[in-house]
Amino acid sequence: MTEHYDVVIVGAGPAGLAAAEAALAHGARVAWLDAQATAGGQVWRRDVEHGWPPRAQRVIEYVTQHANATWMPQTQVVTAEASELLLQNESRAWRISYDALVLATGARELLLPFPGWTLPGVTGAGGLQALAKQGWPLAGRRVVIAGSGPLLLAVAATAKRHGAHVLGIYEQASAATVHNFAQKLWRWPGKALQAVSLRARLAGIPYRCGSIVTRALGDSTLQLIEVDGPRGVERFECDQLAVGYGLVPNVELAHALGCAMKYEGAHPCIEVDAMQCTSVPHIYAAGEVCGIGGHDCAWLEGRIAGLAATNASIGASLLRKQHHARTFAAALREYFALDPYIHDLSEPDTLICRCEDVPLRALEDYDDARNAKLATRCGMGACQGRVCGTALAELGRFPRSGLRPPLFPTRLATLGELHSSCSQGSIP
Amino acid sequence: MSTVRIEIDGETLDVPAGITVAAAIARVERPFRRSVKGHARAPFCGMGICFECRVRINGVAQQRACMIAVHEGMQVVTDD
Ligand code: FES
Repeated sequence: MTEHYDVVIVGAGPAGLAAAEAALAHGARVAWLDAQATAGGQVWRRDVEHGWPPRAQRVIEYVTQHANATWMPQTQVVTAEASELLLQNESRAWRISYDALVLATGARELLLPFPGWTLPGVTGAGGLQALAKQGWPLAGRRVVIAGSGPLLLAVAATAKRHGAHVLGIYEQASAATVHNFAQKLWRWPGKALQAVSLRARLAGIPYRCGSIVTRALGDSTLQLIEVDGPRGVERFECDQLAVGYGLVPNVELAHALGCAMKYEGAHPCIEVDAMQCTSVPHIYAAGEVCGIGGHDCAWLEGRIAGLAATNASIGASLLRKQHHARTFAAALREYFALDPYIHDLSEPDTLICRCEDVPLRALEDYDDARNAKLATRCGMGACQGRVCGTALAELGRFPRSGLRPPLFPTRLATLGELHSSCSQGSIP
Repeated sequence: MSTVRIEIDGETLDVPAGITVAAAIARVERPFRRSVKGHARAPFCGMGICFECRVRINGVAQQRACMIAVHEGMQVVTDD
C-alpha cells in the first residue's frame, strides 16, 4: 500500500526543517526525508564531536519527536510522479503519496576543474567541512582553503576547530570587492555579527584576496599547490586543499516533477511565487533550490512553504523578512562573481569527467552535452554529470542535459518496483 | 567517546562511534578506489554527490563511504 501524508518534505536542512515545523504546528501529518543519515542539511550538518548548532538542535528535536512526523533518513527519491514518489533506502523501496510536497533539496558545491583536482587530498570547500564534521582526521594537517564566498571562512573555522593547521584562505574576488562588500554588511546586522565572530575565530589565518589556486601537484596524493595572486605565482606544500566556488541548486527532483525553472548564471533554479509555490499545483519549493540565498533565506522560505502547504495564513512581516534576506543573496552574487580566469584553468589533459576519466581534449569538438556524452562517455558515470555537467555549464561549454530518472544510481530491485503493481516490494 | 571495532582490508581498527566509513579509511591512509584509468581517488565532495569515495562495505560494492556511519563489526574493502 502507498503511504499517504498531508505534507511530504524532501530535504532536512533549514528549509525542510522550517517547513516541517510550520506544517506540524498546523496539524498536518508530515513525512520528511533526506539522503543523509542525520537531519540538518549541509549548513546545519551535525558534528560528531560538537553536535548540532543550538538553533538547529532545537527544531530538529521538535520535528523528530512530534507524533505527526515521520522521519525517513538515508532515503532517496528514485522517481516522482504527479502525487507520488518512489523512495529507496538501504533495505527497501516504497511509494508515498501526498496532498502537498515541499522541495527543500538544497544545493551542492560548484566544483570546477583545474590541473591536479582529482588527486586524493583535494576536496570541495564545503566538502572538507562536511568530511571534518563526520570525523575526517585533520589534526595537525596543513590545510589550504580556496575558492569564493563567505563559506570559505566557515570552512576554515571548522577545520581549525578540528585541529587543522590552516595555512591560508585564498579568495578569488579582489581585495577591493571584498572590502566594498564588508562595508555593506551593516544592512544585514545578523550577517555582520557572524562575520565579526568568524574573523575573531580565524585570527592569525592569512586571508588573501584576488588569489586563485591554479594547480595541485603530487604523485598519488596531494603534495604541492600553486597559487596565482597579487604576489605572483607561488608554490607551497600542503596536505589538504579545499576548493569551492559557490553553490549550485539541486534541481533534479524538481525537474522530474516538471517544475518551471529560471536561471541564475549558468545554473537552473526553481521558479516560485511569493508563497513559494512552483509552477506545479501543490508543489512548493524553499531555500537554495530556489536560488542560492543562504540559510536565513532557507529558513524563512521553508516556513512560508510549510504554512502555504497547510493553507495557513502567512504574515506580512514574514514575507518582508524573506525579501530582505534575498537582497543579501543578490549582493553576495554580485560581489563574489567569478573571475573568468577560473574558467580557463584546465589544460588539454585535465580530466573533466572524474567518473569516466574524460580529459578536456576529448571534449573540444562538441558543443552539446548529449553528443559529447555519446562520443566520450562524459557525464555517463555514477555521479550522472552532477560534477562535470555542472562544471561544463559554468565554464560556458554547454548546458547540462538529459536529466532523466532514476535520479540517483538505483538498484535493479527498485526499478522492478517501478513497474510492479505491488507497492511494498522489499529488496534482497 | 565510545568506539566501534571495524575491519579495513583485513586490518582491525577501533574508531570513534558515529564517524563515517570515509573518516575511518582516512585514518589508515588508504586509497579509496581507482578510476577507470587506474588513478587513486579519494572523497571529493563529502556529501554524496561525486561518488569518488566508493568502497565495498559488508560485501556490497560501490557504497559511498561518506554517507555511511561505521558500525561494530563492519567489513570494509578499499581499492576494490
Ligand atoms: S565524497 Fe563525494 S560521494 Fe562521497
